[in-house]
Amino acid sequence: MIPLHRMGRALRLSALLALPALLGGCNLVVLSPSGEVARRQSDLVMISTALMLIIIVPVMALTIFFAWRYRAANKEAAYEPEWSHSTGLELVIWAAPLIIIICLGALTWAATHLLDPFRPLARGAVERTVAEAERPLEVNVVALDWKWLFILPEYGIATVNDLAAPVGREIRFRISASSVMNSFYIPALAGQIYAMPGMETKLHAVIDQPGDYRGLSANYSGAGFSGMRFRFRGLSAEDFQGWVSEVRGSAQALDRPGYLALERPSENVPARHFSRVDADLFDAIVNMCVEPGKMCMHDMMSIDAQGGLGVAGIGNVQRLAYDRGAGRGRALFPERTVVSSICTLPGPSAERPWREPVNPAPLAGAGLLRPLSSRLLPLAASRPPAIPES
Amino acid sequence: MSAPSAVVSPIFGRLSLDALPLHEPILVTTFAAVALGGVALLALLTWFRLWGYLWKEWFTSVDHKKIGIMYMVLGLVMLLRGFADAIMMRLQQALAFNGSEGYLNAHHYDQIFTAHGVIMIFFVAMPLVTGIMNYVVPLQIGARDVSFPFLNNFSFWMTTAGAVLVMMSLFVGEFARTGWLAYPPLSGLAYSPDVGVDYYIWALQIAGVGTTLSGINLIVTIVKLRAPGMTMMRMPVFTWTSLCTNVLIVASFPVLTAVLTLLSLDRYVGTNFFTNDFGGNPMMYVNLIWIWGHPEVYILILPLFGVFSEVTSTFSGKRLFGYTSMVYATVVITILSYLVWLHHFFTMGSGASVNSFFGITTMVISIPTGAKLFNWLFTMYRGRIRFELPMMWTVAFMLTFVVGGMTGVLLAVPPADFVLHNSLFLIAHFHNVIIGGVLFGLFAAINYWFPKAFGFKLDVFWGKVSFWCWVVGFWMAFMPLYILGLMGVTRRMRVFDDPSLQIWFVVAGVGAVVIAIGIAAMLIQFVVSFMRREALRDVDGDPWNGRTLEWSTSSPPPEYNFAFTPIIHDLDAWHDMKRRGHERPVAGFRPIHMPKNTGTGVVLSAISLVCGFALVWHIWWLAALSFLAILVTAITHTFNYNRDFHIPAATVAATESERAPALVAAE
Repeated sequence: MIPLHRMGRALRLSALLALPALLGGCNLVVLSPSGEVARRQSDLVMISTALMLIIIVPVMALTIFFAWRYRAANKEAAYEPEWSHSTGLELVIWAAPLIIIICLGALTWAATHLLDPFRPLARGAVERTVAEAERPLEVNVVALDWKWLFILPEYGIATVNDLAAPVGREIRFRISASSVMNSFYIPALAGQIYAMPGMETKLHAVIDQPGDYRGLSANYSGAGFSGMRFRFRGLSAEDFQGWVSEVRGSAQALDRPGYLALERPSENVPARHFSRVDADLFDAIVNMCVEPGKMCMHDMMSIDAQGGLGVAGIGNVQRLAYDRGAGRGRALFPERTVVSSICTLPGPSAERPWREPVNPAPLAGAGLLRPLSSRLLPLAASRPPAIPES
Repeated sequence: MSAPSAVVSPIFGRLSLDALPLHEPILVTTFAAVALGGVALLALLTWFRLWGYLWKEWFTSVDHKKIGIMYMVLGLVMLLRGFADAIMMRLQQALAFNGSEGYLNAHHYDQIFTAHGVIMIFFVAMPLVTGIMNYVVPLQIGARDVSFPFLNNFSFWMTTAGAVLVMMSLFVGEFARTGWLAYPPLSGLAYSPDVGVDYYIWALQIAGVGTTLSGINLIVTIVKLRAPGMTMMRMPVFTWTSLCTNVLIVASFPVLTAVLTLLSLDRYVGTNFFTNDFGGNPMMYVNLIWIWGHPEVYILILPLFGVFSEVTSTFSGKRLFGYTSMVYATVVITILSYLVWLHHFFTMGSGASVNSFFGITTMVISIPTGAKLFNWLFTMYRGRIRFELPMMWTVAFMLTFVVGGMTGVLLAVPPADFVLHNSLFLIAHFHNVIIGGVLFGLFAAINYWFPKAFGFKLDVFWGKVSFWCWVVGFWMAFMPLYILGLMGVTRRMRVFDDPSLQIWFVVAGVGAVVIAIGIAAMLIQFVVSFMRREALRDVDGDPWNGRTLEWSTSSPPPEYNFAFTPIIHDLDAWHDMKRRGHERPVAGFRPIHMPKNTGTGVVLSAISLVCGFALVWHIWWLAALSFLAILVTAITHTFNYNRDFHIPAATVAATESERAPALVAAE
């Protein structure tokens, strides 16, 4: 019976000793990322773990100690078969985890607001890396079956499975998908966010160190999912210009018919460059009306918001032009239909507003005091940020 | 475009010979093995003329003890299937490096990880947990059976029908390739046109009927059938946790039923609840399925928390420390488990305040859970701990589960979740709590109550082999996944491009093999114990010096559980009875009113299986016909008035006197 604890402890000890040696050889990118946002997220992983270890370690130690001390063979130890209540002890038992959770909860509240992926990087928070004068780099991301399309509206270029960004310049991603859900994740840069058809998610990040990183889809999306990898490079300003020129040198352009061909299922797609891209393509993708004659989501929603078309709306459908079913396996069914309409876009995404950068200070909510924890912890801004007046 | 709308035959629906996976050598081999094994089993049953015995004594039985045991058998058989899936995944991921595609194509691999999740949750963990509750709860509260014995039999067979439908998908057609929760739009008709998702839907719907009804049954049993004197605050902790679990089942499974119904409407009649077009929104599905899915986690773990309480108290020879706070902790967990579902999709773009709210509610659950852990600790404190197998599993649980709990709280911090969501860190976390909590608890429970169910203890040597293989195998198989998660590796990947990851997958694969040895050792343990049953015989019905009522009757208990309904004066009723010099009554027996066996449950579930199969394959005439048959059979059964009988007093007296010498005589 005793070997249980002895062996258990020995195993655990040896595992602990062996771990650093083993880990030395591998790249724990989540804990040592190259982007400011991911770095803060990794800090949070470490801080939370440390907080919890305050309670976990004593519990494990007590478990082993009690199991050994009060083993039946040890007649020395006290035995109180009827002892089953102690108000003081109960208070400690409930209070100790409570205190840890209060700390962790405050930390969570502050950090979740500060690191909200939808929130532009506040200058106060990342002054070290984001230069004042530069506009953020906008990147529109579309998860296709089974590759990633990146559109850089500022440069009028698009790429497949290849992305680069200048070091130190804030990147603003708008993310959507063509067919099913994926998750856009560059571990070295920032945490992930889902890419969902008909919806747009946002992510703000900045890459601090030049390098060659990998990006991937973190949410299973079908047969070609494993091959949905892409290359993400952090480049110096000059190198980035070089990369843009390289993409511009491509003979291919991406228009709507080109996109409809591209979105068909394909696996392990090598990088592709497009020197030109339709300005309204991303908005058409988000509104799911790239196919000619398909009603855009925003139109449909505005009709629905006014009460819908009633029975008349049912007649107004046509066959969906592109057969995804065949690409994904046997298509046993007639094609799905879609609402037909003249496609009208809501205006280029560039004109739709981003959320203003916010002062990270009032994290407690409007009018409330800033929580103490965010002032003490390295997560929060070290000084009051300069909010641009304009 | 080209719409090769395949021929849908009016007679066979979508079913054709193409549905047989003859081009998949792995499946053909498996099928051959299963077919051979099946034929051998059927032949043996026939040879030993066991059909009549099985039908009369087991399949049609409404005895909660036999149904409990059948649930356990179902769970263990499905564990073998679910584990086969697991080890195939481990092998694939250990191989698929350096340009190798591994040995599984995407079509096959994607079905395997989906089936692994579905089977392990719905057809391993659920039957095992339900089986333990079914067996133990009525005994612990001094009842003769559950409130609705026929419903109990019916529930079991519906669960089995669901399991059979999942198994059929292995050889007829295919299973879903969507992940175990089948998120649309991927699980919608446009992207999963095949039968896989339909198998998923109907298997879960059929099994869901069984789970919901069994939940209702156990709630009513606990509320209405407690022995006189057993107030709510004198109920054993296991009964308390079972009550909370079944409340969770009854409140959450209808959500699953509803969401799967909506999905099937999308797939069968062209509605657009979860499509991208026509105003549908897949995120509604994600919300709804997790409103069921998170309570489901607690449905699985709560009863095992009860098991650990019983085991710790029994083997420490001590009253449970902080019974009241244990009960309140359980109730708090029950309520809070409904307020945390969004933590499964922080990364879908909810606002920071919503994310923080659900993150913090999640963390709050760790407070009552932590309190429980401390209560077990202080139950051990100043005890006399006997390290029998159930106690070994409990200590292993305490040391393993805290790590899983810690990583769980970590994942509840939204910004941390952004880097760990869907990663192998997450996989390691939930295996850490499900294996380290639910499975370890089930093994503790099996070793603890086995002598009660069968009249002999389980063999200790093979039990220890199994124990050490499971514990060591678990740490070997899942610690590498934590590390891989921190290396940015995400789940459900079939091939990898970074060769530095391979070593960790190999280690994890070896861990899985060690677990396989653990499973084998457990099966050997059953066989060896059966062979040595005379030496391991539990003669007095109380092999562990137990504290709760189930140990007051003989092992195995008579059909009617208790000749006289016990009267309860204290928590730990049996301990109290022993202490106060309880005299086992030897005379004055009266006839006992018992429910009669019925085959209706088997028949109903068999027809449900046919109906589900017909719906999967669009065999409309058969679906309609079998649905009608379900209604007719169910209504006909209500006219069966021949459903109870009395065990004559003489028979009770004879049974009792036969068992009498063995029963613990109170001193």
